[in-house]
Amino acid sequence: MAGPVPATEQMPSRLNMMAPMIPFALLWLFKPLLPSWAIVPPKSCLGGCGTIEGLIPFVDWVNAGIQFLRSYEIFGLFTFRDITRSIARGIDVPLDFTEALLYKGFGAVGPMPWVMIVGLMIVFGLYLRGWRLALLGGGTFFYLSLFSLRGIWELSMKTLSAIAVSVPLAAIIGLLIGIAAAKRQRIAMVVAPMLNILQSLPHFSYLIIVAIFFGVGAKAGVIATVIFAFPPMTRLTMLGLREISSEVREAGIMAGCTRWQMLYKVEIPSARSALMLGVNQVIMQCLAMVVIASFIGQPGLGHDLLTRLQNLRLGQAFEIGVAVVLIAVTLDRFSQALVEKEPERIKDGPLWVRHPYLCAIALIIVGSIGLASLTEAAVQLPKEYTVSISSYLDAMIKFITTSLFTPLGILRDFLLVYVFMPTKATFQSMPWVAVMALIGCVGWKLGRWKLALTVMAFVFFIAASGYWVRAVITLYMVFVALCICAAIGIPLGIWAAKKDRRTKFVLGLCDTFQTFPSFIYLLPAVMLFQISDVSAIFAIVVYATIPITRYTIFGLRNVPSQIVEAALTSGCTERQMLWKVRMPMAFPEMLLGLNQTLMFALFMVMIAGFIGTVDLSQEIFRALSFNDGGKGLVIGLCVSLIGLTADRLLVEWSNQQKKRLGFAN
Amino acid sequence: MSKTLKTAVIGAALAAFTALPMVASADSSGTIKIPTHNWSSQLVGAEVVGELFKMVGEEIEYVPMDSQTVYQAMADGDIDIVHEVWEGAFGASFTKSLETGNVIDLLTHDAVTREDWWYPEYIEEVCPGLPDWKALDKCSDMFARADSGGKGVFIGGPVDWLKHDAEKVEALGMNFVVRNAGSAGAIWAELDAAAAQKKPVVIFNWSPNFIGAKYAGKFVEFPTHDPKCTSDASWGVNPNALYDCGNPATGYLKIGVNKDFEKNHPKAFKVAQQMNFSGPDIDKMANYVDTDGLEVPEAAQQWLNDHESKWKEWIK
Repeated sequence: MAGPVPATEQMPSRLNMMAPMIPFALLWLFKPLLPSWAIVPPKSCLGGCGTIEGLIPFVDWVNAGIQFLRSYEIFGLFTFRDITRSIARGIDVPLDFTEALLYKGFGAVGPMPWVMIVGLMIVFGLYLRGWRLALLGGGTFFYLSLFSLRGIWELSMKTLSAIAVSVPLAAIIGLLIGIAAAKRQRIAMVVAPMLNILQSLPHFSYLIIVAIFFGVGAKAGVIATVIFAFPPMTRLTMLGLREISSEVREAGIMAGCTRWQMLYKVEIPSARSALMLGVNQVIMQCLAMVVIASFIGQPGLGHDLLTRLQNLRLGQAFEIGVAVVLIAVTLDRFSQALVEKEPERIKDGPLWVRHPYLCAIALIIVGSIGLASLTEAAVQLPKEYTVSISSYLDAMIKFITTSLFTPLGILRDFLLVYVFMPTKATFQSMPWVAVMALIGCVGWKLGRWKLALTVMAFVFFIAASGYWVRAVITLYMVFVALCICAAIGIPLGIWAAKKDRRTKFVLGLCDTFQTFPSFIYLLPAVMLFQISDVSAIFAIVVYATIPITRYTIFGLRNVPSQIVEAALTSGCTERQMLWKVRMPMAFPEMLLGLNQTLMFALFMVMIAGFIGTVDLSQEIFRALSFNDGGKGLVIGLCVSLIGLTADRLLVEWSNQQKKRLGFAN
Repeated sequence: MSKTLKTAVIGAALAAFTALPMVASADSSGTIKIPTHNWSSQLVGAEVVGELFKMVGEEIEYVPMDSQTVYQAMADGDIDIVHEVWEGAFGASFTKSLETGNVIDLLTHDAVTREDWWYPEYIEEVCPGLPDWKALDKCSDMFARADSGGKGVFIGGPVDWLKHDAEKVEALGMNFVVRNAGSAGAIWAELDAAAAQKKPVVIFNWSPNFIGAKYAGKFVEFPTHDPKCTSDASWGVNPNALYDCGNPATGYLKIGVNKDFEKNHPKAFKVAQQMNFSGPDIDKMANYVDTDGLEVPEAAQQWLNDHESKWKEWIK
């Protein structure tokens, strides 16, 4: 039940919480007495890890598996790779169509002119919600057209043509798996852990495998994107279908539905809002992959962004980043509006009164084709009319980095010497058996044997893989980043949750930072903090503060109103209301936020490898350049398991807190 | 019983699904696939190579790709030609792809590449004796950082470029540590920030690239490279260690092609056999974009206009 916990109960619970630390502390304290295999796992990579065996040769196993799938001929006819290769060719079919529509043109007929796309976006915006959405849609594509001095328009069309294929594909695959899992418990038991792994696996770890089995180019980019984007759809499908009330199902049975009709006519429509939220998530995930998909051949904004960055053209890269954000926000808002769109009554009257939007669309299509045949300028804005503000941006970045370099240099050296290096040394001095004991004890405390054994198995995998030493460095960076994220995100969330306007502003900021390609702030980070752990952690913090801020706001604003009223009538001051009522009630949500922050940090720590860190990310890049698919995947799993361990523990803790606070679930 | 039936149905469906596109696109070897990476000379060069292939009537497709992953793709037949294989950066990946037997080492350009330690010129004012490596070593404390334990910091390339900088530091007994950047961009960001403040910095750099046009600087002169330096410990200033020398000042720049390239595109193969970029060619291709601010296709056109006599020979 809600309310303060009596003091008598509090004391032993504090002690209780410390209990799982005891074996860990003892093992660490008596480290000199431990045998050497208990401190660093045997056969681990210590310095540079060229080829490393590990306690259990996972890497060799995966590579043998890949080799088998490449060369073993099923029925002596074709290999698994032949199957995947022809699936890839199948993806080329819709891709050819969207590419032709958006930028290649169909032989004699050109691609869609920019005036047509802008016009259509305005009409769709008006139809779905009103003039503000129309302004966003039209404005976004106008930006793409206007800022096209360096070809942003065509690059965006390339990106959009891939997105137009990946989004439906990911949504359909996610939906089908979700339905299967919601219907059959046994499938769900396999699917749920798979989703967890897929969502926490660093992208770089499966790029080589995608390249081997699906080739390279736009189609491979689509496949890598789909792998990353479909899990949220599956999750939300499972959730949506499970939450349908039994009355609805019974009504379906009474109406004599077959199983197919039940699914198609009853269940899917009832789960509509969850499914559309899933589609929404798929869109955001697909856009998050724009840059990474270009590693295996996706043309478009992502590849250009990387090129500009490698040549230190930050201003130009920034313009491309803005294009990605605008596309993401536009697609997001349009898909949300589509969910919330209520069916309208058709007015009586002539055709243009009954179907005003259809008429407008027809008019725009005819008009823009007419315009396009008159002047090239309607097809693609001529270069003379396009602009770029990249030189001003460059000057601004230069000004900021040079004027802040010296003061931040003092901060950098202070942090390095007094905070980061000691923390790193502390992490590195922990024997691996001690870490495993700690994780096991916490698991036992929260979920008894089942949870304890699961998380201990996760930790053991990392130790046995041979990458323990590197994983500890990753863990240290994530841990430090997590502390800083919480120190920034929680106060920010508290501040923002107080007023509606602030909430809106901060959430908008969160959206922007989440879709802005994170590669862009790696280089300014280096300019400010040099190649050091500080710049890597800075980049992680910029990105990973988002979820903890979001969840804090969400938790604080969603405290049940009866509780707030009860607190008010008992005479709480504003301060008491925050610290004694809202914060404790929001605590479970904040734990989930912390969990998400960790996931974001693990994602970003891999990207921070581009700065130059001596952790797992460096080894993933090494694997990437030596085409070592097995090593990439195994290191990826190590990263993923760090995330899953924390995920299991934090989610379980959050659930228990929720129960204690009386949130029924 | 029903389980086998189910498997059979799924199998049949899968087979149908896979057979369909196989038929639909039986002839996918029609276009030549040229990779594009993320530095200017390669991008312009790829466009030039593509234009030349078009002139002999081939169809081409540009595939943006990571410059290391591309060698796996070329071995798999997904990429037909890599026209800028740098010895220093991609020698290892290229050699590995040659070992598969699916890639051919077609030719070596006239252009030579140099990759080594490099510093911006203003450092010479505070550290006399440069570019000699011994002078650099004497100034090592100038390059020290809070977390380097009093040693100078050298910003090296990404670990997968397989430089032996750490071995070199050890063999020459230098008071330096190697800190590997994660990408070329990170090296330039270090240089840019340091140059703005005229702070000492020593980085891994190579030529030709755009840095030469933007910042004045020099390569550090180590003991001249000799093949024996990397194979025979007794050679050089340190009789007990390998790598007691600089990198080769004349690294190769090669063209690699897939083994089926000749069979599938005989006309383009003939052109590729004739191609040869000189050092100034590579420099110009980079400079059109990096200093003159041309876009890649414009830069390629510019190069083609200026060197007509040269490429006319190649497509004969």
